Amino acid sequence: MRLTVNGKPQNYEDDPDMPLLWYLRDDLRLTGTRFGCGAGLCGACTVHVNGQAVRSCQTKMGTLESKTVLTIDALGEGGKLHPVQRAWIQHDVPQCGYCQSGQIMQAAALLKTTPNPTDVQIDSAMSGNVCRCGTYQRIRAAIKTAAKERA
Amino acid sequence: MRVDNISLDRRQFLGGLFSTGAFVVAARLVPAELFAQAPAAAILNTKADTAALHPSVYLGIEPDGTVYLVTHRSEMGTGIRTSLPLVAADELDADWSRCRIEQGVGDTRYGDQNTDGSRSIRDFYDAFRVAGASARTMLITAAAAQLNVPVGELTTANHEVVHARSGRRVGYGALVPAAAKLQVPARETLRFKPKADWKFVGKETEIYDLTPIVTGTAQFGLDVHRDGMVFASIEHPPVVGGTIRSIDSKASLAVKGVTSIETLDPPKPPLLFQPLGGVAVIGRNTWSVLQGRRQLKIEWNDGPNTTLTSAPFRTAMIERVKQSAKVARNLGNVDAEFAKGGKTLEAVYYTPMAAHASMEPPAAVAEFRNGKAEVWCPTQNPQAAQETVAAALGIDKRDVTCHVTLLGGGFGRKSKPDYAAEAAVLAKKLGKPVKVVWTREDDIRHDFYHTNAAVYHKATVDAKGRPTAWLKRSVFPPIASTFGAPEPMNFELNMGLDDSPYDVPNIRAENAGAGAHVRIGWFRAVSNNFHAFALHSFADELAHAAKRDPLEFLLDLLGPGKAIDLKAQGVDYTNYGAPIDKYPVDSRRLRRVLEVAGEKSNWAKRPSGNGRGMGIAAHRSFNSYVASVVEVEVDRQGRLKIPRIDMVADPGVVINPDRVRSQLEGAAVMGVSLAMFGEITATNGRIDQKNFDGFRVARMNDAPIQVNVHFAESGDLPTGVGEPGVPPVIAALANAIYAATGKRLREMPFSKQKLV
Repeated sequence: MRLTVNGKPQNYEDDPDMPLLWYLRDDLRLTGTRFGCGAGLCGACTVHVNGQAVRSCQTKMGTLESKTVLTIDALGEGGKLHPVQRAWIQHDVPQCGYCQSGQIMQAAALLKTTPNPTDVQIDSAMSGNVCRCGTYQRIRAAIKTAAKERA
Repeated sequence: MRVDNISLDRRQFLGGLFSTGAFVVAARLVPAELFAQAPAAAILNTKADTAALHPSVYLGIEPDGTVYLVTHRSEMGTGIRTSLPLVAADELDADWSRCRIEQGVGDTRYGDQNTDGSRSIRDFYDAFRVAGASARTMLITAAAAQLNVPVGELTTANHEVVHARSGRRVGYGALVPAAAKLQVPARETLRFKPKADWKFVGKETEIYDLTPIVTGTAQFGLDVHRDGMVFASIEHPPVVGGTIRSIDSKASLAVKGVTSIETLDPPKPPLLFQPLGGVAVIGRNTWSVLQGRRQLKIEWNDGPNTTLTSAPFRTAMIERVKQSAKVARNLGNVDAEFAKGGKTLEAVYYTPMAAHASMEPPAAVAEFRNGKAEVWCPTQNPQAAQETVAAALGIDKRDVTCHVTLLGGGFGRKSKPDYAAEAAVLAKKLGKPVKVVWTREDDIRHDFYHTNAAVYHKATVDAKGRPTAWLKRSVFPPIASTFGAPEPMNFELNMGLDDSPYDVPNIRAENAGAGAHVRIGWFRAVSNNFHAFALHSFADELAHAAKRDPLEFLLDLLGPGKAIDLKAQGVDYTNYGAPIDKYPVDSRRLRRVLEVAGEKSNWAKRPSGNGRGMGIAAHRSFNSYVASVVEVEVDRQGRLKIPRIDMVADPGVVINPDRVRSQLEGAAVMGVSLAMFGEITATNGRIDQKNFDGFRVARMNDAPIQVNVHFAESGDLPTGVGEPGVPPVIAALANAIYAATGKRLREMPFSKQKLV
């Protein structure tokens, strides 16, 4: 089967039940996508499939025929950081940083569908992403900054 | 059920304690000689080591002006990898954009590397100042000779030595060859910058790893790759101390990609940081070994720890804490005061076990070649990793190199390098590099848990409701048990049980250990969490019983403030490993954070009631002082919202204010998380929770909406901020819920209790 990962065509002939997460991390060595729970409970492994945020630990390779996958490693375009990444830097969001790939991918997907999210919309979109360091307040602020920048 | 039913040879305990070297609380932590020393082997060289000018193990400068700064402490989110180098760069007067940070491997020449106890800044602030000032002095001396002017006429600015009179400037790089020939100046001769000239300390600098983190290139332990590497996932015994009775691995070996099944030896007591043993599935990628594990059929001999079932254990602990125990502090005569029969209050508090649940589960990569091991792992304690790996392999610890990656959270879990030893043992068995991957289920079920505790308080009060006698007692399975001892070590009591600063004429603190049937470890803020929850909840109960404003009452309880002489009251006080004369227990500083908290939170102007409430608490831990004011809203269905938390900290000199703020913001969330949801339970020795569905942690919609951080900076010696923010938040939250609802929560997790 064929799929596109970060703009590059890929051919996949292995176990169709393997989650996208391990294909990205082990086969392609795109380690920016993090493993947190393996059960769709924490959001650390969030990537975009055809523009939508999905948990790569719950996305079987067999479902990705002809699909387009985007990971944190290629979120910025043309060597520039994505507005969400810039906002993350402006607010010094990360502490340990481990969950932030997933947080950023989730936030980028949110802003695509909801360019000016309210607090309630942010909470609802982001509450599937756990940050054990507790950076939630800065994540919320950074999403608002990114929304302004995109507007 | 008895709670005090472990009996282990005390000699084992002592042997264990000192052989790991991992929990020596009061030892001198900074090496006496910080100047450049030859590394043990070529592989350990940093670029700082090989730089032309190398006045310290932490610093080197090349003739092109590049400054290499070595962080030997682990980065798990506190910002320490940036903050310590900033201290050196400030004294050096360096251009930060020309500084490169290197992560030191495990090596005793750096001094202590166990990144826990919130002491990296406290213990190494001075060492990094010395490193920077030594280099700067040498560069100035070299410039004086080159420019033929007296040293006293020279200053430095942004990577240059400046001769203001003649307007000449020489870059640091150009001075390196001459400076490198000079002797490193003695510590006593160094002159440090006056505070007014500090350019980084006290200012905001973004963390060194910020861009790599937001672009996904930051390397955590799980990201390490070695050519020829195989993957391993390990089924550990479900009960600590369990051993394999039988294995049927046929179905597992039939899984595509699985290459072999290996058994791992169980630990010999005491547990220390040894791996738990079990069955490892080896394969070509993570997915194959995870699938292979599902197909394993293992029968276990569970061993003696099946006796642990949490509900009866809790009941037994609550009974035990009402009985007298070993005295840890005594002032005056509590019993005589109680016998007078004045108004008396008493309460029992209980907190369950909790898991660290760092977002990156434990992981390690190891290689074994020619009798030597090399490991890459997210560890808080690379020297303990060397020792643990060496013990598991039966080699000398100098033959173990431990590379420290970024840590995807630590919170104390990653001070215990059992996972590094697993990777090393498998690498030796298989003769190739091995990556050990722990799943979230492994992490939750096989943690070194934050212990459960029962705490009892009793006080008699005078006409104003002020205590005249105060008895406090705690019972918990101690961290000491992991090192083979049944009773808590002093440091576990010195965290909020026997160091209370409240000024009361008669005080007694008592403690008893309870049997440990799982691995107990230190969790962010350690026993302060339950001791402070009980202590400052009870103080709030006293305030309300006296119908007094809690803030006014707490200030009265502290009295005018003083350095408290705990030793005179029989406390064997370890003071977080710091000398008491330099870091006293100073109730004036606690008063000050409370006063600032009252001011900044508008305490007096935001009355409680009608489902809205404010709670306050202040706690000294890890030599730092933090007050928290929590505001809650509880609706008619009993649903809780936390609109605001104010945190006020006095950690002495603040190095990187933004990182101090972020630590306190995070502590507010973790305190709320632990108090609301933190609960690990066991049934017949098996942990009941498996993942984030069973072990809940705060998500964005559970977290406080706004956390404001304020400093009550005393300018005293710098102390840590990683942990001290957590304890006061928990009590302040319970106190806020009481103010809002009239419901006193004495047991965590709060989410299991009806608030209306």
